[in-house]
Amino acid sequence: MTAPTLTETLPARETARSWWGDAWLVMTRELTPTLRDPFSVVFGLVQPLVFLGLFGPLLAGSVGATVPGGDVWAWFVPGILVMTTLFGTSTTGANLLFEMQTGAHERLLVTPLARSAQLVGRAGKEMAPVVAQSLLVVLVMLPFGFAPHPLGVLAGLVLLAVFGVGVGSLSYALAIAVRQQDWMFWAVQQTLLFPLLILSGMLLPLETGPRWMQVAADANPLRYVVDAERALFAGDLASATVAWGAVAAALTAALGLVVGVRTLSRSTR
Amino acid sequence: MIRTTGLTKDFTAKSGTVHAVRGIDLEVAPGELVAVLGPNGAGKTTTIRMLTTLTAPTSGTAQVAGADIAREPGTVRRRIGYVGQGNGAGHAQRAVDELVVQGVVYGLDRRDARRRAAELMTQLDLDGLATRKVSDLSGGQRRRLDVALGLVHAPRLLFLDEPSTGLDPHNRANLWEHVLRLRQEHDMTVLLTTHYLDEADAMAERVVVVDDGRVIADDTATALKHTLAGDRVRLAAADPADLPVLAAVVGGVPGARDVAVAGDEVEARVADAPTALPVALAEAAARGVRVVRAEGRQPTLDDVFLSLTGRSLREEGAARAEAPETAEVAA
Ligand SMILES: Nc1ncnc2c1ncn2[C@@H]1O[C@H](COP(=O)(O)OP(=O)(O)OP(=O)(O)O)[C@@H](O)[C@H]1O
Ligand SMILES: [Mg+2]
Repeated sequence: MTAPTLTETLPARETARSWWGDAWLVMTRELTPTLRDPFSVVFGLVQPLVFLGLFGPLLAGSVGATVPGGDVWAWFVPGILVMTTLFGTSTTGANLLFEMQTGAHERLLVTPLARSAQLVGRAGKEMAPVVAQSLLVVLVMLPFGFAPHPLGVLAGLVLLAVFGVGVGSLSYALAIAVRQQDWMFWAVQQTLLFPLLILSGMLLPLETGPRWMQVAADANPLRYVVDAERALFAGDLASATVAWGAVAAALTAALGLVVGVRTLSRSTR
Repeated sequence: MIRTTGLTKDFTAKSGTVHAVRGIDLEVAPGELVAVLGPNGAGKTTTIRMLTTLTAPTSGTAQVAGADIAREPGTVRRRIGYVGQGNGAGHAQRAVDELVVQGVVYGLDRRDARRRAAELMTQLDLDGLATRKVSDLSGGQRRRLDVALGLVHAPRLLFLDEPSTGLDPHNRANLWEHVLRLRQEHDMTVLLTTHYLDEADAMAERVVVVDDGRVIADDTATALKHTLAGDRVRLAAADPADLPVLAAVVGGVPGARDVAVAGDEVEARVADAPTALPVALAEAAARGVRVVRAEGRQPTLDDVFLSLTGRSLREEGAARAEAPETAEVAA
């Protein structure tokens, strides 16, 4: 039996692992069941394509002329990517809710895993497929005359990832805050999702909307991210729009982490 | 290894404040195996959750594995193992994956973590279930996996919250064998809760009885049983008219006290039931009392709890049906 020799050498782990190592471990732990299920992977990847295929042609017909710049796909595809990010990462807390009820979350809280790494790891788990989906969408759209700036796409994905981790962390915090009544999670998530979505000009141009809508949209961080993505995809890399988008994404991420870590440590108080 | 002073936890619920733990002072020396017993809601889980940094005490302090739970929670977490009352393995995960991740969390590299996982699966009778999804395991298999997760890093201090609940006798025995062996090999300190009284009796050299958030007894199982319950004999007379004589007979055996008549029976505490019973029977026969039933009983931890609180730790309903007079005390 190997038991004595191995357990003899078990480290007492007096020194912390790296924070990135912890976050990576949490993310891969969460991703493993998804990756083991090929159906869910394929289904998840195809989803935004279905949306794009059904919505795009309608959009081209109805608002094609009013789209700024006139190129429907260049305007629409970045919007879809941000939407996919928002939908994907805002459900981060749902899986956590389940693990809080069973005891898996509690088990991980007692380990030396850094708590902020648990937060970011879980958000990253939702973000990873979004990045894959986004790449696929871009690739599929290329034959349809969609010609984004390659460097812009790359920068756009980084921006999405930063924003997505922020949204994911907020979703995580929400799950912890409402853990006694889990229906609240979906109520809040859905209530926030659609106004944010519509007021970002993601699917329909805000330019044709009433004045109050445009004012409300100015206060919506998502709007700056959407605009920045469009600018990046158009190759407008060094514009103020991109800078504002980066600020909005960074603020979302910072807010998510602060709120997330605070909610988490308050829950063990 | 553990030292608490005045550990207290209040929860504020809608219906008012719940005093879950009301000032617990507990000291556990390195290498000890301590069983915490108590009815549902006594505050066992809440106490363990405070000691494992999952919830902060309302007041009081605790040193766990050489660190303060409030000031150095990270150090505490690095040094302890914890098996909670719930299921620690993620339901969507495969059993072996959870064990490997747990090993990596505690600093093993993947290869060692896989070896350690395989070893634990064998020891806890989980062979062949490695690639099974956790949600597809039986309750008992899942529980064994939970325990394996707590043992991955062979912690010096292990908390087990009802580890054996839901296990069949064979696997309960396996579990304890493994815990006891690890404890010997690594000088592991164990604090566990259980509802199985026989288990606490057989495993732990020390039993802490908790009721309503307080420690109401703390000693070895033998000492508790001896001082708080003691051996008992019970004899039933064929003719109720003989009961006073029978009571006198029972009162005369060595160490007899608390002689009581209930129904057609005489009951009493004695020094040693197996030797007291024949003496009482012979004396009763000599005095012409016909005894129709006789029973000698050595105390269980349930008797200890009963004598401490007037309630039974076994099902309270059953206790009430058996002994209406004790139910009155409880009410
Ligand atoms: N989060 C909470 N909010 C409010 N009350 C709580 C909370 N957790 C526990 N309690 C209450 O605290 C008391 C002690 O609970 P605890 O879980 O510690 O009991 P226990 O001894 O572990 O019981 P069991 O044997 O049923 O596991 C109970 O009355 C319980 O209802
Ligand atoms: Mg409990």
